[in-house]
Amino acid sequence: MSALRRRKAGNVFMLGLTYVAAVLATLPLLFILFHLLQKGASTLTPDFFTNMPRPVGEAGGGMSNAIVGTLILIAIAAAIGLPVGIGAGLYLAEKRGGALAMTVRYLSDVLNGLPSIVLGIFAWQFLVRPFGNFSALAGGIALGAMMIPLVTRTTEEMIRLVPNSLREAALALGYPRWRTSMSVILRTALPGIVTGALVAVARIAGETAPLLFTAFGNQFWSTTLDEPIAALPLQIFAYAISPYDEWHKQAWAGALVLIVIVLIISLAARHATRARFGSAAD
Amino acid sequence: MIGSAVAARDFSFWYGKKQALHGVNITVSSRSITALIGPSGCGKSTFLRSINRMNDTIPGARHEGSVLLGGKDVYAPDMDVVHLRHRVGMVFQRWNPFPKSIYDNVAYGPRINVGLRGRELDDVVERSLRRAALWDEVKDRLRQSALGLSGGQQQRLCIARALANQPEVLLLDEPASALDPGATQKIEELLVELKSELAIVIVTHNLQQAGRVSDYTAFFYLGRLVECDATGQLFTAPREQQTEAYITGRFG
Repeated sequence: MSALRRRKAGNVFMLGLTYVAAVLATLPLLFILFHLLQKGASTLTPDFFTNMPRPVGEAGGGMSNAIVGTLILIAIAAAIGLPVGIGAGLYLAEKRGGALAMTVRYLSDVLNGLPSIVLGIFAWQFLVRPFGNFSALAGGIALGAMMIPLVTRTTEEMIRLVPNSLREAALALGYPRWRTSMSVILRTALPGIVTGALVAVARIAGETAPLLFTAFGNQFWSTTLDEPIAALPLQIFAYAISPYDEWHKQAWAGALVLIVIVLIISLAARHATRARFGSAAD
Repeated sequence: MIGSAVAARDFSFWYGKKQALHGVNITVSSRSITALIGPSGCGKSTFLRSINRMNDTIPGARHEGSVLLGGKDVYAPDMDVVHLRHRVGMVFQRWNPFPKSIYDNVAYGPRINVGLRGRELDDVVERSLRRAALWDEVKDRLRQSALGLSGGQQQRLCIARALANQPEVLLLDEPASALDPGATQKIEELLVELKSELAIVIVTHNLQQAGRVSDYTAFFYLGRLVECDATGQLFTAPREQQTEAYITGRFG
């Protein structure tokens, strides 16, 4: 075999390997989606979104309380995680070499890797135990704390991508520094930051562990912030480990709804990313 | 000379421990173009950026002596750096329009600094674009992205953006070094037009360019101002040997 043919064969072989790896990387998601559709689609009627859970033995029923509960928890988490995370990210990007910046960056990486169950236990210790009851607020805060490091780091990365020449342009035009940060730097980085925020939301939407001892779950309709609240992941967990076939079906449908919510958020994130590289005119 | 717009008095500058400028004394006349030439690292850009204090943001930077704008030290404690930069516009080597519309790029300064709105703002934008010889090319697409313009147009947009602040002095740091000859010629013609209204200081590596557009030329070498004279004088009969060696291409 000539050297050229050998090289070509090697090329085809390696390309084939990466092709197989690429297919394998997407396989789990496709498999899960297919399986969820098979198991959950039949239970997924309009009633599932509008009805409350029914007692065992009674057919039908839905997870309206859990769907609304999850949306409320996401809203609380975002209200905490986004402003703190974006503000911290802006600070890290502006003071990249400072001692405080280095410390915050390191600690937020550690927090990022913290198992979510640990966060849940801490939230229980400080937000549930002193008040004597589980609450939506405690769950939302726990999720928000999970979001902070994610948002901080992506915000910092996105702001660093803004060319320094833009910063200089604004400063040379006589812009005060804070105004340069706000109207030029933050604005230019905004699509990227939105993407990062949405990815963080998608990430916490399905979290179960931080909610186990905080939001706790609720079989009834509740939108009160200082009381336990239902959440999709908790409901799925409770139904999946129950012995009833009817509930198992509900759990599959709940999982399908959850994954669709996450997919929708991810698609929105992709859309925001595209805006970043497209036309930048307002 | 018609009066000085900018003057440096024994101005020295350090980046941390490294001294970039050694006791520079120079006077820049108003309504004229002064070219700063010299090999890379000679301090000409450092000097340019000292005039509008763009070096302030660099950690460890410090200076001695003074840079006077209209007779007042720009480094004086009561000098408002934001106000200083309204009076001294700057155009960079690499054009850097904001990722916004053509209109918004030019409106950026007057909208915030003066608080102009509506018709008045439209007028300033049009006047600035006309002064930058860009109006006819962009008047039908003011709301489109500035990033859709050609490189030369983007650089003239940056000039228009600086002019919208009504500066007394315009600093240009190698504004045409990344442009093709046609676009370069347009910028040069534009600068010659503009000098009837304000003082222009331009850093350039292109000696022909310095010869074509400038009234005065200052030669920097190793952080010192070697010689500053009327351009024709400096290029035909330089007083210093170093200047002669540089302009005849023996080094640099």
